[in-house]
Amino acid sequence: MKKLPSRVYYIFLFGFLYIPIFVLIANSFNASKSRNVWTGFTFDWYVKLFNDADIMSALANTIIIALIASTVATVLGTAAAIGIFNMKNTARTVIMNATYLPIINPEIVTGVSLMLLFVFLKINLGFLTLILSHITFCLPYVILCVLPKLRQMDIHLYEAAMDLGCNRRQAFRKVVIPEITTGIITGFLMSLTYSIDDFVISYFTSGPTSQTLPITIFSMTRRKVSPKLNALSAIIFVIVLAVLLVMNVREIKASKKNKNRR
Amino acid sequence: MNRRSRYSAFPYLLWMSVFIIVPLILILVFAFTTTVKFDNTGNRLTNDQAAELIADWEASGKAGDFPVKEKFYFTFDNIIQVGNYSSTLINSVILASIATVICLFLGYPFAYMVSRMRVSRQKIMIMFIMLPMWMNFLLRTYAWMTLLEKNGWINRFLELFGIGPFEMINTQGAVVLGMIYNFLPYMILPLYSVMTKIDDHTIEAAYDLGANRVKALTKVILPLSMPGIASGITMVFVPAVSTFIISKLLGGGTNMLIGDLIELQFLGNTYNPHLGSAISLVLLVFVLLCISVTNQLDSDKTEGVLL
Amino acid sequence: MKKNRIFALLSAVLFVLLSFTGCGQSYVPAEWEIPYSDSVDWKKFADAGITLNVYNWGEYIAIADGEEESFDTIAEFEALTGISVNYTNFSSNEEMYAKLKSGGTSYDIIIPSDYMISRMINEGMLQQLNFDNIPNFQNIQEDLKNPGYDSTGSYSVPYMWGTVGIIYNKTKVDEPAEKIASWDILWNEKYAGNILMFSNSRDAFAIALMKLGYSFNTTDEKEIREAFDALKEQKPLVQAYVMDEIYDKMGGGEAAVAPYYAGDAIVMMRDNPDLEFVVPKEGTNRFVDAMCIPVGAANKEAAELFINFMCEDLVGLKNCEYIGYATPNVNVMNLLDDEIKNNPIIYPDKEVLDNSDYFVALPAEITLLIDNLWTELMSSANGVDIWLLPILVGVAIVVSALLIFIRTKKKARNNY
Repeated sequence: MKKLPSRVYYIFLFGFLYIPIFVLIANSFNASKSRNVWTGFTFDWYVKLFNDADIMSALANTIIIALIASTVATVLGTAAAIGIFNMKNTARTVIMNATYLPIINPEIVTGVSLMLLFVFLKINLGFLTLILSHITFCLPYVILCVLPKLRQMDIHLYEAAMDLGCNRRQAFRKVVIPEITTGIITGFLMSLTYSIDDFVISYFTSGPTSQTLPITIFSMTRRKVSPKLNALSAIIFVIVLAVLLVMNVREIKASKKNKNRR
Repeated sequence: MNRRSRYSAFPYLLWMSVFIIVPLILILVFAFTTTVKFDNTGNRLTNDQAAELIADWEASGKAGDFPVKEKFYFTFDNIIQVGNYSSTLINSVILASIATVICLFLGYPFAYMVSRMRVSRQKIMIMFIMLPMWMNFLLRTYAWMTLLEKNGWINRFLELFGIGPFEMINTQGAVVLGMIYNFLPYMILPLYSVMTKIDDHTIEAAYDLGANRVKALTKVILPLSMPGIASGITMVFVPAVSTFIISKLLGGGTNMLIGDLIELQFLGNTYNPHLGSAISLVLLVFVLLCISVTNQLDSDKTEGVLL
Repeated sequence: MKKNRIFALLSAVLFVLLSFTGCGQSYVPAEWEIPYSDSVDWKKFADAGITLNVYNWGEYIAIADGEEESFDTIAEFEALTGISVNYTNFSSNEEMYAKLKSGGTSYDIIIPSDYMISRMINEGMLQQLNFDNIPNFQNIQEDLKNPGYDSTGSYSVPYMWGTVGIIYNKTKVDEPAEKIASWDILWNEKYAGNILMFSNSRDAFAIALMKLGYSFNTTDEKEIREAFDALKEQKPLVQAYVMDEIYDKMGGGEAAVAPYYAGDAIVMMRDNPDLEFVVPKEGTNRFVDAMCIPVGAANKEAAELFINFMCEDLVGLKNCEYIGYATPNVNVMNLLDDEIKNNPIIYPDKEVLDNSDYFVALPAEITLLIDNLWTELMSSANGVDIWLLPILVGVAIVVSALLIFIRTKKKARNNY
């Protein structure tokens, strides 16, 4: 009997999180344009989605910007993490505090301040400004993912490699990089997620030539949201669900294997 | 790894000073200045005089330089004017606080229960918490509109039982709901990651030493999970207090939040970047103060519980 | 190295998704009943690789909505001229002004309303057009060739015109006709929570001023403050402040009554037969939206080609049919179905037009006043003490300082 309240609680919580998503997906099969009237089942919106040049180009922009921004952020951030790791204590504290600044800064303030900067520098708002601002808000996350891995690393390994005849570069590549790879990848994935989903900062730093998906969705929510977008979110949902499931099943399998070995 | 590799942080430092520090300085400059128009000989102009000059210049076939120059003048006006919008800031703080508290009460038991599960089940539960975050938040909020409207799904459903209809959309409650919905995962994730580190044995020891369930919670689990609570509160409160779109979609624009006010000054109906910067500055200072308060929860175990 | 695989998987998914984005169908123009004028060299910029940034109101152009044989203005232009177009929307004149004024973007064509055009001319934000490149300008009706808002007639080419009125849901509003045909209905407490209102300052203030019997072009501060009080009084009754969201809310039967533009009302009435439109007896605002080229436009000549294209008979006709506004183009007018031509909502009779007026650009001080009052209205600042904010910030500072103090003291104590 002890289980009943907790079960109700789980159902409530997951219901709360998933009912809106269920609504989105259900409406993507609704033949009616209106989101409150059900007139029949259809796949039309999925077909129309792929023929919609605006949504498709926004999707392409989103992915391209996310890939470029998170790659640059990962490279810069990893280098920065290594640099910060090797700094003296005071310098490290100061820089880490500054690194937290963009994370705790309200997004809207980051957005308007970047907009003021780009206008001040007379850079036309567009692709470039979006990439620059996405790199800016992704960088701290990369650092925060990589730095703990550096701390966990046994520094003696690096020294041992040097003793065994590696030069600095080799020791770095063969010892340090493998140790922090998981951190780098996590940082990259986080950047990718944040970049794809970002609306507020993009809203202030995008121009007419660079509409990303969240911006396009925003301008649609101010008029009539096309069920095509429901179809798109259903597709994204299925893809993400699949990726996460594959990831988890693998991990669970791997951890079981490890246990058996022990 | 040696002292020399610290130089690899320099590109980052340069980047951050250009894209974080300089923009914040610009906000500061805009907040304390106003734009004043001058003609080419240095006389101060009113807006209408400037318009006349431009009209003359256009009529003359654009002879010579553009006749109006703009300069920034130092002023406290903007900051003082922010005071007029106190109620908006207070409204945002109240709504965001309510949302944060509800998130905490909603998320805390969940994070605890999940952290006591088998590792494989933990992973799956957390995955299902994170999954909605991958969907675009505007679309998810929009889906709530579909649910809450007068002719929405919830009212239709209740109608089957002869209840309602209820006014749910365009209320403050709907805005809070939107905040909770969007930011709940940000509460659960830090709580969970702290709680997995609490050893089962610690809790068992508390029971062995005669603690009842309430005591075990207040004396052991709660203090140990304080860092998670602190970062959870920060991660929910900051975006909630500065959100500018949830109130538009779910609140009908009748109850503006501070984020909407900033947006209004920059890209909205009343263009005034100086006032917008001043509001941003106040918001930033306020958020930093709030964070410094919640940070006290983090490493201090006894006093922190009181807050 | 499990994460490596996930990483590879995710990147693969993204690339597949990216490749999908390329497969959007290209638009195939149908054979339309009216040919494009052949006196214009449409292909002039075909090989120049030009992109035009067009900034227009939302729902203000004919687009292909997936139906067969639907006319897509932008795609037609791209197919005809070889110029590509970035088409983006704004939801009010003021928003468009803010976006332009804040800089960082360069648009080639904007379509603001009359008073905003005057204001932008006054501030030197618009370029004079070269009418040699816009031969279709001759088709514009005479009285709009030299309109009041653009007295030299050299900055703008009218796109559409219309009136503001009240759109209401027959099933939800139960009043005698003459009571509905008054701005007072928007203040009627019977419809509390069922009223929508303009979310742009100029239109909202104009309605309040008309209700009070003042001119909406007033420069009298007292009258404007009275209008502000009226709007404040109305606020508790208002369900939501909207622009194009009105389609959703009126179309879905979420609200009972709202002021909006006649053309959009026509489109909404097509989708929801319960809706009706009426022009209030106190008079109304008549507006013209016109195409302009802002200073800083990168491709002025191509932009003029676009403007000329928009004035083509076929394009004007298709847009008119689609968006439901009234055309200033004489040729298009002649081509329209009688049903549309004689629709009193789109083309009101002389009596209504005589009782209406255009907005004019207000002096900068008055605009500033309205802006400030509007922000105050939206921010629900109901007489809150100006000191509340500093007190709040002060309290936060004190609490924070206190906590830090306690903590350091405790640390010190622990050290002993």
